[in-house]
Amino acid sequence: MTGILKVAFKLLVNDRGKFFALLIGITFAVFLMVMMTSMFSGILTRASATVLNIGAKVWVMDPAVNNVASSIPMPDYVLNAVRSIKGVKYAVPLYSGGALVKLRSGTYQFVTVMGLDDATLFGRPALVEGKIEDIFAENAFIVVQDAEFGKLETPRVGTEFEINDHLGRVVGLARVNTSGLFGVPTLYTTFSRATTYIPSTRFTAAYVLIEPKGNGDLSYIKSEVQKLGYEALTQEEFIQKISSFYKYKTGLGINVLLMTIISFIVGLSISGQTFYTFILENLEKFGALKAIGAKGRELVFMILFQATFTALTAYGLGVGLATTLIVTARMRLPDYAAQITYANLGLAFVMVLIIAGVSSYIGIRKVIHIEPFDIFRG
Amino acid sequence: MSDLAVNARELNKWFGEGEARTFAVRDVSFEARFGEILYIVGPSGSGKTTLLSMISGILKPNSGHVLIENQDIWSLPDDGIADFRLNRIGFVFQDYHLFPRLTTVENVAIPLILKKMDWNDALKVALEYLDIVGLKARAQLPPVKLSGGEQQRVAIARAIASRPDLLIFDEPTASLDGDTGRKIVEFVKQDILSDRRCIIIVTHDSRIFEFADRIMKMEDGRITDVATGA
Ligand SMILES: Nc1ncnc2c1ncn2[C@@H]1O[C@H](COP(=O)(O)OP(=O)(O)OP(=O)(O)O)[C@@H](O)[C@H]1O
Ligand SMILES: [Mg+2]
Repeated sequence: MTGILKVAFKLLVNDRGKFFALLIGITFAVFLMVMMTSMFSGILTRASATVLNIGAKVWVMDPAVNNVASSIPMPDYVLNAVRSIKGVKYAVPLYSGGALVKLRSGTYQFVTVMGLDDATLFGRPALVEGKIEDIFAENAFIVVQDAEFGKLETPRVGTEFEINDHLGRVVGLARVNTSGLFGVPTLYTTFSRATTYIPSTRFTAAYVLIEPKGNGDLSYIKSEVQKLGYEALTQEEFIQKISSFYKYKTGLGINVLLMTIISFIVGLSISGQTFYTFILENLEKFGALKAIGAKGRELVFMILFQATFTALTAYGLGVGLATTLIVTARMRLPDYAAQITYANLGLAFVMVLIIAGVSSYIGIRKVIHIEPFDIFRG
Repeated sequence: MSDLAVNARELNKWFGEGEARTFAVRDVSFEARFGEILYIVGPSGSGKTTLLSMISGILKPNSGHVLIENQDIWSLPDDGIADFRLNRIGFVFQDYHLFPRLTTVENVAIPLILKKMDWNDALKVALEYLDIVGLKARAQLPPVKLSGGEQQRVAIARAIASRPDLLIFDEPTASLDGDTGRKIVEFVKQDILSDRRCIIIVTHDSRIFEFADRIMKMEDGRITDVATGA
């Protein structure tokens, strides 16, 4: 069998023009599929950055909230009501809002301010510089050292700025796992300072964060919160909700889906077409092989091998190309939101297998039906 | 082993059904012996290729039997017939059917590779057969670089590489000029024919009749005459 596969390999690869056309077609399709889905995954992760960084197990919010940045403040009684639900170990408020910072150079920069519960500092970030207790000092803010850090003119501990006409002072630099999607720097401070410095509606808590006593209490907590007219979501559920919002409510998801399908169809038609011509051109030769004594299944193996070999090579090239591009883009643009996930690779792989399958099916059907007699008759 | 290479009995082949049924081969019986070159001649459409196909395991007759060493080949399963073709028959097609993407020696090695011989061994053996047809020096070239007569000889080398005892040529000289055609058949008679081998050649080409041991005439699907060669 290996000899016959070697013949198949040579027939394929020595036909340079067709082989490269096949490779380019499928490589390009894989590249597009991986790029599209990776960009989308990147965006989805970024969109849930706050949820991941705060790390609370359960989030209570207004049911109308569909993405973490556009929060809807809740009245104070919600916090107390939640605290009295059986199964809640503790519950704290979280402030999340936008503010305008005037930098030392005189320019303005929009920022996101996260206000942590004064008593517990629940959801605090890991500091790379400074001490967390300093957050209680006068005018204290902690700056997140993410991709947006430079937009605040790279402040250090002690740097002062104006925030909504109040004085602000940097007391620490923090590191978070996930950068946000919106290109806005993030400041952390206490809940009380956030609500006093930043003008807001009568209600102040954007979210109430819950630590349940155990996982068994979740459904009870959820139903009690629902009775209050609010919604309690686990971290995964909240991320899911945000993802669905971007997928289905913004047109983003549909576009990505369309682009992925289009790349798939382009790849399929280029390679299907080319492979078909390849088979047609070699049809007489396959017929001659049959006449000489090759069995039907040997010809099937040859074609399957040719299609699979091409598809896998192109898959490798396409994934490599996408990875190179993303890595290069990351080096130039720290903000570049794209991540290759196993799911994306798997999806592209499945699509490549379908392309190989369809192409070989077309070829196999042709080859199985050639009559050596017709070849013999010329 | 009897000295009969082919024993064809009452072969019939028709195409189409009902009103449209036409016989390509009608009640044909004949024998071919080891050590002889048998010609089949006749006008176009008289059924020569159809008859060759039936005795070489390519086209199943509607009725009749083909006995090769007392084995009725059309009673074999499909894979058995494929193996029969691979092991017992060597084909030289009219338009050669060489693979343009393989080298000449790889082309000759094809039947050996189909017989599951190791790749390098197959190439070694193929080279010996290229030597027999005088083309060893061309082994690494693609067949398209060779002349028509040389390609025909490559096809012959491929046909004999699996050491078949029945060699089948359909119009071997049709696309060659007269001189080259004569040389090829002369070569076949001198170097390829042996007393353990039978060669059947279908041809229109009277210039090569002198190499025949027997000439069988066909007309309208029937054998009309068998004569000993010149
Ligand atoms: N697949 C087929 N379907 C229908 N008719 C066929 C088929 N194959 C052969 N025939 C008919 O059978 C008859 C014999 O054909 P065959 O090819 O055997 O003739 P031939 O003697 O080899 O002719 P030539 O010298 O032109 O090669 C012809 O009338 C041909 O039209
Ligand atoms: Mg014919």
